[in-house]
Amino acid sequence: MPSVRIKDHHAEQRLFERRAIAAAVIMVLALGAVIARLVWLQVVRYEHFVELSQGNRIKIEPIPPNRGLILDRNGLPLATNAPSYQLELTREQVEDVDETLNGLAALGLIDPADIPALKKDIGTRRSFDAVPVKLQLTEEELARFAARRHEFPGVEIRPRLTRYYPLGSTAVHAIGYVGAISEDDKKRLNIDDYAGTTLTGKTGVERAYEAELHGRTGYQQLLVNAQGRTVERIGNETATLERKEPLAGNDLFLTIDHRVQQAAEDALRGQRAAAVAIDPSNGDVIAFVSMPGFDPNLFARGLSRTEYLALTEDPDRPMYDRAVRGVYPPGSTVKPLMALAALEYGIVTPTDTRFCRGQWRMPGVRRPWRDWKPAGHGVVDMRKAIATSCDVYFYDVANLMGIDRIHDYLHQFGLGQETGIDIGGERQGILPSTEWKRTMFKRPEAQVWFPGDTISVGIGQGYMTATPLQLAHATATLAARGKRFKPRLVRAIRYAETGETRELEPVRLPDAKTKDPGAWDVAIGGMYDVANAPYGSARYYIQQEGKPSYSIAGKSGTAQVFTVAANERMRKADELAEHLRDHALFVAFAPVEDPKLAVAVIVENAPRGGSAFAAPIARRILDTYLLTPEQLAEQDAKRKAASAAQAPRTTE
Amino acid sequence: MSYATLDTSRTQRTLTGSARLLLALHLDGPLFVGLCLVGAVGTIIVFSASGSSVDYLEAQLVRFGLGLIGMIMLAQVPPRLIRTATPWIYLLGLILLVVVMVTGDVAMGAQRWLNLGIVRFQPSEMMKLAVPLACAWYLHERPLPPSALSLLLLALGIGVPTLLIAEQPDLGTALLVAASGAMVLLLAGLQVRYIASVVALLVPIAVVAWQFFLHDYQKQRVLTFLDPQSDPLGAGYHIIQSQIAIGSGGIFGKGYLNGSQAQLEFLPERSTDFVFAVIGEEWGLIGLVTVIALYMFIIGRSLYLAATAQDTFARLAAGSLSLTFCVYVFVNTGMVTGLLPVVGVPLPFISYGGTAMVTLMAGFGILMSLCAKRKLVSR
Repeated sequence: MPSVRIKDHHAEQRLFERRAIAAAVIMVLALGAVIARLVWLQVVRYEHFVELSQGNRIKIEPIPPNRGLILDRNGLPLATNAPSYQLELTREQVEDVDETLNGLAALGLIDPADIPALKKDIGTRRSFDAVPVKLQLTEEELARFAARRHEFPGVEIRPRLTRYYPLGSTAVHAIGYVGAISEDDKKRLNIDDYAGTTLTGKTGVERAYEAELHGRTGYQQLLVNAQGRTVERIGNETATLERKEPLAGNDLFLTIDHRVQQAAEDALRGQRAAAVAIDPSNGDVIAFVSMPGFDPNLFARGLSRTEYLALTEDPDRPMYDRAVRGVYPPGSTVKPLMALAALEYGIVTPTDTRFCRGQWRMPGVRRPWRDWKPAGHGVVDMRKAIATSCDVYFYDVANLMGIDRIHDYLHQFGLGQETGIDIGGERQGILPSTEWKRTMFKRPEAQVWFPGDTISVGIGQGYMTATPLQLAHATATLAARGKRFKPRLVRAIRYAETGETRELEPVRLPDAKTKDPGAWDVAIGGMYDVANAPYGSARYYIQQEGKPSYSIAGKSGTAQVFTVAANERMRKADELAEHLRDHALFVAFAPVEDPKLAVAVIVENAPRGGSAFAAPIARRILDTYLLTPEQLAEQDAKRKAASAAQAPRTTE
Repeated sequence: MSYATLDTSRTQRTLTGSARLLLALHLDGPLFVGLCLVGAVGTIIVFSASGSSVDYLEAQLVRFGLGLIGMIMLAQVPPRLIRTATPWIYLLGLILLVVVMVTGDVAMGAQRWLNLGIVRFQPSEMMKLAVPLACAWYLHERPLPPSALSLLLLALGIGVPTLLIAEQPDLGTALLVAASGAMVLLLAGLQVRYIASVVALLVPIAVVAWQFFLHDYQKQRVLTFLDPQSDPLGAGYHIIQSQIAIGSGGIFGKGYLNGSQAQLEFLPERSTDFVFAVIGEEWGLIGLVTVIALYMFIIGRSLYLAATAQDTFARLAAGSLSLTFCVYVFVNTGMVTGLLPVVGVPLPFISYGGTAMVTLMAGFGILMSLCAKRKLVSR
């Protein structure tokens, strides 16, 4: 190798050309390899990759069905689906989530107490998901947000369908309400059917008939990109995507008559009370009242924490369904049933009399049982005992019957057991017996049934309790002379698929029996006298607005909440603390000869007794159902005149 | 050449006129046409790959147009001037690389940008041209094949900027810079024994690089290249999705704007590094082979121009630039088709993005300046 090399241009040129050719060959080989790879991917494995790319881009999105409507017995909508506006936040479009939420809270659109929960919810969603931060905006809130909208990029108003209860709190405990699906609900429901659905029935008909109301979820295929974001098309191709329409839920016709319901609620407003009205001929619940109520729309739109606490911590417990879950001593309202039992067991005949001195003594017991009327009722037969609500008479027959015979007979009327109403959630109440006491108490000495225990039960006190629904049901059974129907709130279902309406058959329960059919006349006659006889305990209160155009039978009751010592018995109710006052009860049915409606009214800690306070309310319920609109208007005018006449006196 | 007829058609006259203009501008006709065709393909496919973004279309068109103007301007620079300026450009590039390492902006985990106020500038891009030019410049006066000492100096001249760029870290660019230098050596007649020993050395170098120099994400890229399914939603995602895109395109493709992989954003970096997969999905095997054929034509034509260049500097520089262009094409298509690990190398003139376009156009401008000159003279 020479130490100094001379540059040979021609040789270098040739060298370069050789190398360039070699490079070109390598290039052809390399790019040839790429082409071979392409043939492998695009020709040989084509089917495989087509399949993969298909799976990549189609997402199945559920389309929630429209929930079935709930209508009153005449077709008036009680629960519908209404468009509403919800506020949604999309994280990726929001600069500062904290600041935005605080800003919305400052505008009064969200509750500051909800912010931590909202933040958590937003954090768990994908950044492009629109997360609802407020489910339902009022018109006013909508306007308030619209005016400041520019300050909240990434927060949008979106219309959707939500549950709407046009009558607000009316019949809320019968209809129930819908709310966000909870973990508990997920266990109960077939959650696959709820894809895309956010609300489910929580109580009442909404819950019990969830399967009818929900409908069938549809779906649609969507084009999505890799992040799951929906896109309208791939390039200019609008792909043919499958879509299965959802099937709306079935509509329910309730047995509730909204006029009667409304009248009952108006009459009971301001009280803690319950009223149930049943058609004795089929078990239809015409009115189902528990007061105070609440607005179920709150739940559909989503309650703030503050609102929820306000509801749950209200001492009047508006969410508590008193009609099926409230248990009260039935008081004297059981007397007609006691009378039937006494006749059944041959304890007395209808014409046997007792002399009432205002108290009743049990042999060997020093302390007497007092009648509500200290002076006593004098000579009473069975009908008069019911009419005057003579306690002494029933102390005596109860004592003669014994608790187990009372239990067995009254059991036929549905007391001490669930009536089986279609919305469920009932409490059984207590129809005591010796066995009941044995199983109920732990200490052996407490398990013994004392004869004295029976005496209080004779007038519906002591251990005995019942729900307003049970009392209405028992009254309906009495009115129908033993024919029993399971109480029901839904009378017909309109199927979304076919549009046809199917009437549901009333469910007959085992009859309440009497050996002598004449016994019904005695018990019912006694109740007729209550409302009509000159000595009837409720005659004045039933007829203070005029004698009704139809015949009423009824029975008042006063349930002691607080045992008043004998010497203090005469103390006025209003001198007692309100929660210690007696409950006022009234059961009634009408017309007597062809009963169309049986009613039970209970007012907790009422200002006055059963006859004085609850009877006029029962009358109004009956009026509303039985009178023609013209008659009803006339009746209302009379009532207004009566209360106007009383007004100056009360104000002085 | 004799005309078949005296009645020359208007088309023919126009063509002749265009050819004259190209020659006057020191441009090579076939190469110019080839580049314009690839640029057109790029502009069209970027519109689709960007989800029908007119902004992208315009930006790509403007860049390509500006790139062409830059190329034409560079083609006017006398070859002598280029050669003289080469060492200074190389030194400037080296200094800027050091500056970037100390003060540069960090973007996407890598420090490669130099903020000049108005524009952000990547010195590493500049080195893609400066390194091969410097190598050619060094060998211009020396006899070929190069001596061992020359090789050592050249290795240093290539290695230093390569390592500086790899440390940013920008493996793709480092690879291209090294390749562009290596191409000069190969074309200069680097002895086969050296080539063999370098190949033999690559194994230990790879091991050392793996242990000490590669960043985790770079290691991950290699690992997922070897087994993409090991991490289908993470690092293997790119490879899997681009293969689905290409494979599902079949022979004829799904049609322009209809590639679901690309349009639905399953394909990552669809308008930039992975645009080749979009072509494959929408235009199928036919489209891809056409594009590769265009590239081969450009590379072949460039190599031919280099081989017919007048001096060593021109030959080596032009040859290196054309082969580096080939490396671009191969690395990108190999990566997108799953033949090579994922390295951030764009598909030249097609991938959306300004920097690569500028560098490549400048490269072709220099190439034309160095090679096209003689044609005018010979005529």
